[in-house]
Amino acid sequence: MAEQRQYASCVVGDLLVGIRVEEVQEVTSGAELTPVPLAPPLVSGLLNLRGHIVTAIDLRRSLQAGDRPPDARPVNLILRADDGGVSLLVDQVGDVVEVDNDDFAAPPPTLRGRLRELIAGAYKLDGKLLLVLDTEALLACSTGQLS
Amino acid sequence: MSEMEAFVGEFVVESRENLDQLERDLIELESDPCSSGTLASIFRTVHTIKGAAGFMGLSRLQTLAHSGESVLSRLREGSLKIDPAIASQLLAMADCMRRMLSRVEHTGDEGETDVAAIVERLAGVQHSDASPAIAFADSRSDQGENMRAVQPTSNVRVNVEHLDKLMNLVGELVLARNEIVQFTAGERNAVLLGTSQRLNAITTQLQEGIMKTRMQPIDTVWSKLPRVVRDGAQCCGKRVRLEMEGQDTELDRTLLEAIQDPLTHVVRNSIDHGLEAPEDRIAAGKTAEGRLVLRACHEGGQVTIEVSDDGAGIDVAAIRRRAQERGLVSAKQARGMSDQEATNLIFLPGFSTVTTVTNMSGRGVGMDVVKTNIEQIGGKVSIHSQAGAGTTVRMRIPLTLAIMNALVVTDGDNRYAIPQINVLELVRLDADDAQHGIEMIGDVAVYRLRGALLPLVWLDTELTPGRPVRPAGRPGQLARDSAADIVVLQADDLTFGLIVGEVNDVQEIVVKPLGRHVRGISIFAGATITGNGRIVLILDVPGLAVQANVLSEVRDTRALPSNQALDPSAEATESLLLLAGPDESRMAIPLSQITRLEEFSRSSVERVGGREAVQYVGDVLPLADMAALLTGCRTPVPASRTGNAGTLHALIYAHEGRQVGIVVDEILDTVKENICHLRPTTRHGVTGSVVVDGRVTDVLNLDTLCATLMSASASDGPIGAEV
Repeated sequence: MAEQRQYASCVVGDLLVGIRVEEVQEVTSGAELTPVPLAPPLVSGLLNLRGHIVTAIDLRRSLQAGDRPPDARPVNLILRADDGGVSLLVDQVGDVVEVDNDDFAAPPPTLRGRLRELIAGAYKLDGKLLLVLDTEALLACSTGQLS
Repeated sequence: MSEMEAFVGEFVVESRENLDQLERDLIELESDPCSSGTLASIFRTVHTIKGAAGFMGLSRLQTLAHSGESVLSRLREGSLKIDPAIASQLLAMADCMRRMLSRVEHTGDEGETDVAAIVERLAGVQHSDASPAIAFADSRSDQGENMRAVQPTSNVRVNVEHLDKLMNLVGELVLARNEIVQFTAGERNAVLLGTSQRLNAITTQLQEGIMKTRMQPIDTVWSKLPRVVRDGAQCCGKRVRLEMEGQDTELDRTLLEAIQDPLTHVVRNSIDHGLEAPEDRIAAGKTAEGRLVLRACHEGGQVTIEVSDDGAGIDVAAIRRRAQERGLVSAKQARGMSDQEATNLIFLPGFSTVTTVTNMSGRGVGMDVVKTNIEQIGGKVSIHSQAGAGTTVRMRIPLTLAIMNALVVTDGDNRYAIPQINVLELVRLDADDAQHGIEMIGDVAVYRLRGALLPLVWLDTELTPGRPVRPAGRPGQLARDSAADIVVLQADDLTFGLIVGEVNDVQEIVVKPLGRHVRGISIFAGATITGNGRIVLILDVPGLAVQANVLSEVRDTRALPSNQALDPSAEATESLLLLAGPDESRMAIPLSQITRLEEFSRSSVERVGGREAVQYVGDVLPLADMAALLTGCRTPVPASRTGNAGTLHALIYAHEGRQVGIVVDEILDTVKENICHLRPTTRHGVTGSVVVDGRVTDVLNLDTLCATLMSASASDGPIGAEV
């Protein structure tokens, strides 16, 4: 029997991105972001999560999915990180998706640039691809000055 | 953690405490060889370690303890009398045990430590002749054994992590309390108001209580000093009596760790340079034995720590001479200085002699490092000296770092907190004053503050990415604003003015660290959450000064005749440590960035968590290779990088309480160079290049070179001497 895994799906621009449910701590929306001047470009700001200071990383900018429309209200997907404080800014959070390992495909060799570094592969869902986010790679690269 | 691991951990912690006690006892025994109680305590300690080591299968440790025990039992029988030689060997045994314990802690086994040499020497001292005794005492020994008998037993050992967690929770509670109190202030419901007031009071008490549990007596740091004094005195052929007053004075444990090195340095300095040799003291009409007094007390919400000696005092004429020789002050400046001002010159970077630096006696590179370390934790150092009568170094440090007063200011839509300790004063210029009072020197704005020129920095400019060069017409733009608020700030020895949008108020804030993605921004020290739940970033004033280039601005303005009141530390020249770089190139590092120079034997390098480290003043010091730092990759220290007899030369660099040893090929010299006119370069970690002795030399910046390393070691866990 094929092994099954659960992914929290979210919409980032045109992409459907999956993050393993074990890595997700919670989802909040409407949190006010405090901008951090001179921060790396992928950092959108800081948010106050019940007294903890959490760094918000813009997944749109990370995945080069274009700028978010100004009136959009992004959702914070808080990661269960060791140092406790990273949130991914996404457009919308979808359902938890159960996938079969059989449906997994490595990223195509023609995929280049940032996406290539951050996407571990894709699950072929009905009519859509669920891109698996390599959160570790994302956290590592977003400390740098990439824009 | 398995049961065995927990057991080993407990064994290591207990044994270390036992060894601390052993050191104190040994030094006490030297001054009072007849104290059978002290001897019994030493015997018990060694016996306990021997027993536990045997139980855990640590045979080398057991052998070592056994040979120590045989010396002790002869002492106990009276067939041998304690003398400095015997004490030295027993202390060496304790040192060796400590090394083995660290090894046990990290790897679970005692390793291949060679104990034979020490065992042999321990056997040897049982037959040696007594050498002249050196007396040591601290005030506790006067109270003798009674003290020992009434050691408190109603204590609980608590994991520091739990305490830190509690401290964080209380921080949250304080913030929640602030919100509630703010919210209920406008309510009329008497019950709600009463409850809110009670919550307020209880929270304050709880906060104080938790802070108290984190406090430790200063004795935990001081207890290591008798050994330092003993070894130092023996080394210089001096006789020193160490006295301590106020050992019970408590301060936060993070601060205690931070003052350990500076304090040790000051004590060594006193023995080295302050106290005279016995014959000189007698000639001067003093007792042969020098007196070194440590004092600590609480004073107005701060802790004052004093190190006094009754030595020769500081030779002010020599200081003036040396400062001139080293180009720190001009002859005219030196003549115009009061004695106190001249004494303060020893705090300047680059004051200590070349010999101190290159003979690498394990001492720091000078009092400037002491000053920097103390200032890093928000403290102040001063020195007072009287010729012939002695010197007193006084350090004033805050009780805690976790909660502080901060000035909240506004820039645009956002608020920023400035630690109150850096704020000297606030100056508000009305529209007219702002237009006329702010003058330009080149593209640098200055304000005349009581005759001195205060360089000005705009907060909004500093917070803008890519910082455009400030347009020369800035004062003209100011006229648009109706007024200007200048926050006069002090960072290290520099004073500068920060122009902010609006000054709000002073608040007590709880400092929270920033996540790793934003931790690297040098102008922020952390963040806090205000009463209304908003996040406010805390400005790091020294970092801001560096970014805004205030340093060089001050240097430029010094050339103006109108400005003589500025601190001499802002001289244009800086002391550089010259190093041999790869491919026969040369590199230089400002001495002010280096804490110490050390040599380690190649064999003392251990691998911990995939990285190289050595044991260093009771802690694990991670090593990094200079060549690897420059290329930006992490490679082990290559075996080829060894000087004579397999020794490694390392620069000790400290940042935010973490230390790292940077291994270099060869240390050449120290020089003084004007580094205002560096040729700029874009290479990573290189500030610029300068010509020294006719050769192009890269001036490195350890702060940027080590930035990634420091943040990496922060997240790697076991490595890094964490404070």
